[in-house]
Amino acid sequence: MPPLPQDTEQLKFVIVGHVDHGKSTLIGRLLYDTHSLPASKMEEIRKASEDLGYDVEFSYVMDHLEEARSNRITIDTARIWFRREDREYVIIDAPGHREFLRNMITGASYADAAVFLLDAAEGIREQSRRHAYVLGMLGIRQIIVLVNKMDLVGWSKARYDELCADLGRLFEALKLRPLMMIPASAKLGDNIASSGANLPWYDGPTVLASLGQLKAKSAPDAQPLRLPLQDRYTVEGRDILVGQVAAGRVSAGQDVACVPSGLRARVETVEMFGQSRRDAQAGESVGLTLSGDGQAARGQVVCPADAPASSGTRIEASVFWLSERPFSIDQKLRLRLATQQVACTVERIERLTDSSTLELLAENAQSMSAAQVGHVVLRCERPVAAEPFKKTPELGRFVLMRGHDAEAGGIVFAVGA
Amino acid sequence: MALTKLDELESRSIFIIREAYQQFRNLALLWSIGKDSTTLVWLARKAFFGRLPLPVVHIDTGYKFPEIYEFRDRYSRQWGLRLIVGRNERAMAEGMSPAVSKLGCCTALKTEALKQTIAREGFEALLLGIRRDEHGIRAKERYFSPRDRNFQWDYTNQPAELWDHYKNSYEEGTHARVHPLLDWSELDIWRYVLREKMPICPLYLARDGRRFRSIGCHTCCQPVASSAATVADIVVELATTTEAERAGRAQDKESAYTMQKLRAMGYM
Repeated sequence: MPPLPQDTEQLKFVIVGHVDHGKSTLIGRLLYDTHSLPASKMEEIRKASEDLGYDVEFSYVMDHLEEARSNRITIDTARIWFRREDREYVIIDAPGHREFLRNMITGASYADAAVFLLDAAEGIREQSRRHAYVLGMLGIRQIIVLVNKMDLVGWSKARYDELCADLGRLFEALKLRPLMMIPASAKLGDNIASSGANLPWYDGPTVLASLGQLKAKSAPDAQPLRLPLQDRYTVEGRDILVGQVAAGRVSAGQDVACVPSGLRARVETVEMFGQSRRDAQAGESVGLTLSGDGQAARGQVVCPADAPASSGTRIEASVFWLSERPFSIDQKLRLRLATQQVACTVERIERLTDSSTLELLAENAQSMSAAQVGHVVLRCERPVAAEPFKKTPELGRFVLMRGHDAEAGGIVFAVGA
Repeated sequence: MALTKLDELESRSIFIIREAYQQFRNLALLWSIGKDSTTLVWLARKAFFGRLPLPVVHIDTGYKFPEIYEFRDRYSRQWGLRLIVGRNERAMAEGMSPAVSKLGCCTALKTEALKQTIAREGFEALLLGIRRDEHGIRAKERYFSPRDRNFQWDYTNQPAELWDHYKNSYEEGTHARVHPLLDWSELDIWRYVLREKMPICPLYLARDGRRFRSIGCHTCCQPVASSAATVADIVVELATTTEAERAGRAQDKESAYTMQKLRAMGYM
């Protein structure tokens, strides 16, 4: 019997770029070249290749929905898997259409890395800039740039160099540094799994080789404990607080403080069903019992007593407005950050930026519309535990709710009283 | 030591189950007795330290394999589950069967039975064991997915779902479907079943050179050729196969869009 496959590492990446710059084709090509498609589908593609010559429509692999077929665009966040050298890759497909921005951000918010696609003939377009902006905002630092459709520009090195210069300026303006730029043709396969014959002047890695060099994001373990509480259960007469450790470790006997309440306690036990545990690490869903009679509950963040998270009612942040319905500064919102939810208002929109042109639209703006980014000051009804995104990402990102819907995503810069 | 992928999947699913329970007063878990929803029951037992504070619902068409009923009754007793069986008695009495119409039968005996059960019990939300890799359209699902009054799923207009902030506010009359296993693959499920030494319905294990990869009604499920007689054999088999999981399910084959239609109408 062959050995059992090991519990492998998984890398999630999102493919972004302007509509029709080749996302679906790249996905189809990656699946085809890594032999990840069911045998029947491979046969179908092979047959189509024979009939049509090399001109295969890989993108239809992705098109499971009627709408996607008829409009020839992918409409929502979808996930596709393939495997390569002991690692599993998850492709998060993000659509390029403007009204589907929230799907793209939803998908990208779960990614470890991004492949940024650019059509060599078209160059940088509206959604290219916007998607680059979103990657920066979501804190995705591992970016591979693919200059696609090189076949359409005669495999020209001069054109590639020109685009690299344009892209360099775009990314520099966003303080992003792509790890790699690769000229390629997803349609013909050059530089996807193998180098191919058409780009002899390029001697860098292929897309698959580049993906192999990326790191899977693992939950931060070296940082101080941050455990947002989800709920409180009574199990056989004992009060158990539950939550997923966002950062650091939690151990029995540890002195902790709950933020924002300020409640101090000692961790008596760390509970996981069917296991006897003394501690738990970032990423684990656990239960805790605390000493004393403190009323810790949902929304509180359990921290080390000597290194608590900051809290306050004033949050300075960057907010990306997702909804098609604009925001007006007199409207009430709800902030959701970790497991906290609190009513808030926007005190000021200091600067408003267009995410596709990166142009400053207004200072002291009174409203925000879809795909605009505001540098704002939020005022919360009561104190919230929050930290700058750069320090603790899990406590530095939030969504803003209006009515029944999440209307915006945001990143914390500073927290104050 | 770093968490393995199975550890991460398990923790995330438990997080999602706990979010759902915190949010919805009247929550139930849909248990088809298949490997995925049985894994979901297993995870819910972990989330709540052994005792489920919510009922499990089995939608019974009357056409299930005997092994499914046996497994259901044995483990609902052993695990102390509060089991609610949902049946569309009227359609069953009127003789609905796949021979009448495959799509019509699924709609009446599954979708309608589920609607009736939700209405009768007043469930606000359901935990479902669907996975993104099962079927093309399921890749489009969110963790928390609203279904409107008429059970419709508007997959072209889904809410943003950023950083584990699942939708927590709904229009009057909607119910939510919660999908804690969305990130798991078929292989992950089997590796987890193996790791946890979880009990599993014996239909999945090969007998006489055939086994079921996906179980449901005996009228509409076909076994696949396989010699995998243990869970470990299945893990090895799946690591090497490229045959699609639901290859033996009639409802997917009949029309390319049957599954999509079923989903949009409220099928699980």
